[in-house]
Amino acid sequence: MTSEPKSNGYHAGSNLERMLRAGHFAATGELGPPQSADGSIIREKAALLKGFVDAVNITDNQTAIVRMSSIGAGTIVVQEGLEPVIQMTCRDRNRLAIQSDLLGAYALGMRNLLCLSGDHQTFGNHPDAKNVFDMDSVQLTQMVTAMRDECVFQCGDAMKGQEPRFFVGAAAAPFADPIDFRPHRLAKKVQAGADFIQTQLVYDIPAFKKYMEKVRELGLHEKTYILAGVGPLKSPGMARYMKNNVPGILVPDEIIDRMTAAGEPWAGKSKDELTKEDKRERSKAWKETGIQICVDLIQQLREIEGVAGTHIMAIEWEEAVEPIVKGAGLYPRPVVDSDQPVPEEASDG
Amino acid sequence: MIIAEQKSLEEIKTLVGDAEKVAVIGCGTCVTVCFAGGAREASIVSTSLRMASKLDGKPKQVADYTVQRQCEWEYLDEVAEQVNDADVVVSLGCGIGVQAMVEHFPDAWVVPGLNTTFLGLPTEQGVWAERCAACGDCVLGLTGGICPIARCSKSLLNGPCGGSEAGHCEIDPEIDCAWQLIYDRLASKDKLHVLLDLQPPKNWRTSRDGGPRKIVRQDLRLIPEEE
Repeated sequence: MTSEPKSNGYHAGSNLERMLRAGHFAATGELGPPQSADGSIIREKAALLKGFVDAVNITDNQTAIVRMSSIGAGTIVVQEGLEPVIQMTCRDRNRLAIQSDLLGAYALGMRNLLCLSGDHQTFGNHPDAKNVFDMDSVQLTQMVTAMRDECVFQCGDAMKGQEPRFFVGAAAAPFADPIDFRPHRLAKKVQAGADFIQTQLVYDIPAFKKYMEKVRELGLHEKTYILAGVGPLKSPGMARYMKNNVPGILVPDEIIDRMTAAGEPWAGKSKDELTKEDKRERSKAWKETGIQICVDLIQQLREIEGVAGTHIMAIEWEEAVEPIVKGAGLYPRPVVDSDQPVPEEASDG
Repeated sequence: MIIAEQKSLEEIKTLVGDAEKVAVIGCGTCVTVCFAGGAREASIVSTSLRMASKLDGKPKQVADYTVQRQCEWEYLDEVAEQVNDADVVVSLGCGIGVQAMVEHFPDAWVVPGLNTTFLGLPTEQGVWAERCAACGDCVLGLTGGICPIARCSKSLLNGPCGGSEAGHCEIDPEIDCAWQLIYDRLASKDKLHVLLDLQPPKNWRTSRDGGPRKIVRQDLRLIPEEE
């Protein structure tokens, strides 16, 4: 049924897939579309990320706030020569809409897809909306891999013509409750067909090592590529907020202390005593430390067996990606030729 | 049972409008048990409407009656006279009660005095919580008797999302994470393996998504359909 060659045995032949299959430590980024129809914002952000990441996630109405669509913004990203990872949530679309949008996304040149449940709409700017949740993220993963591998729609009907061939990803929340179930939840996503996994932000390396131990015990690292999530902190306040308010994120005190120490020269001064210049300098010092922490985390994550790459989440701070990638020794990004066949030993990835 | 909450007096007043003769009809079943629309509440609503209309300078005749079950036509005949005599009937039944009244008394004008909120149970005195979404295809056998359709904010079928924290749902610390409950329950019964199976997309046709639902039991019908 396939009219296009299956790219030398690749699922989708995307840059991200080629990079991972070739055994390179992958780096993905994140690009948040604007709350407007302004495509130039996407182009500006793409320019900040191009060359530093192998692919960039385009969020799908993240935090349930209406933004330019992931596929719309992804099309612009493709035009800019950067590879998108389309994010698709189950919150806003039923199985008809998801499949139809993905047919369109493939036709527009998208090759990577991340399957998510989606933030509940009560968090966003349309809390009165009706949600969908016709499927969950595991079922979505299964549906899109079946569309690719069996050329069928979810209903079982055969596709007449080109099937959408995505390199399919799913998310993992290693530190969310019930914590003992998390490796098994990952196993379900792998069983559903997830080719790659991007994790929630990792700050607590020992906790993540423990999670990965279980993941290796289940053999999941050999069946999927796990990209550990990192994100630069902007201030000690942000670190504390994430520790206390965001479910599934562990921020060790030593990281909060490191951020606090960066602002030491300005400590002890009240808000009114700080000049604009002081605040700017302090923010700069915090951000530099936040980037350095991120670099250190990537280097530690890279040493963990089964971690195949890193997913750098620097939403609304895309400028941070270049120094992070360079600092972590991940620059320049390797190039894996699209004509190069899938390496033997990794072909079952 | 069906859990409901009373509408504000302001809203009920608006629904009643200029009507002079008002009948408030309570229901003796679910909404009595959840203190929203039983005889006691019907009497209070009736008195409140009467007093409010006096204060507004246009006194109304308001009376209240309560039937055993508003959702079955046979229980409604006992208030037929009062209903047909009123300009407006305020039903303190659930949404089913209101519609049963409309269908049984087509000449009457019936308005709702309650908001029907969910299918649930009282968890303590004065607290009710949702338990069932009437999806038409019960999954409780897979989840240790805890419903993810009604009780998980995203109706997930394959385990908890990343927003489960310390036993509560990320949308509200007052809401339990259904999947934490399911996990704990299955763990206590040594049945966690059940959670490892991939649950396929749900067939929502049996839910409201398949259109308004109806059950026909030929074995119980008094006049079987003609062949």
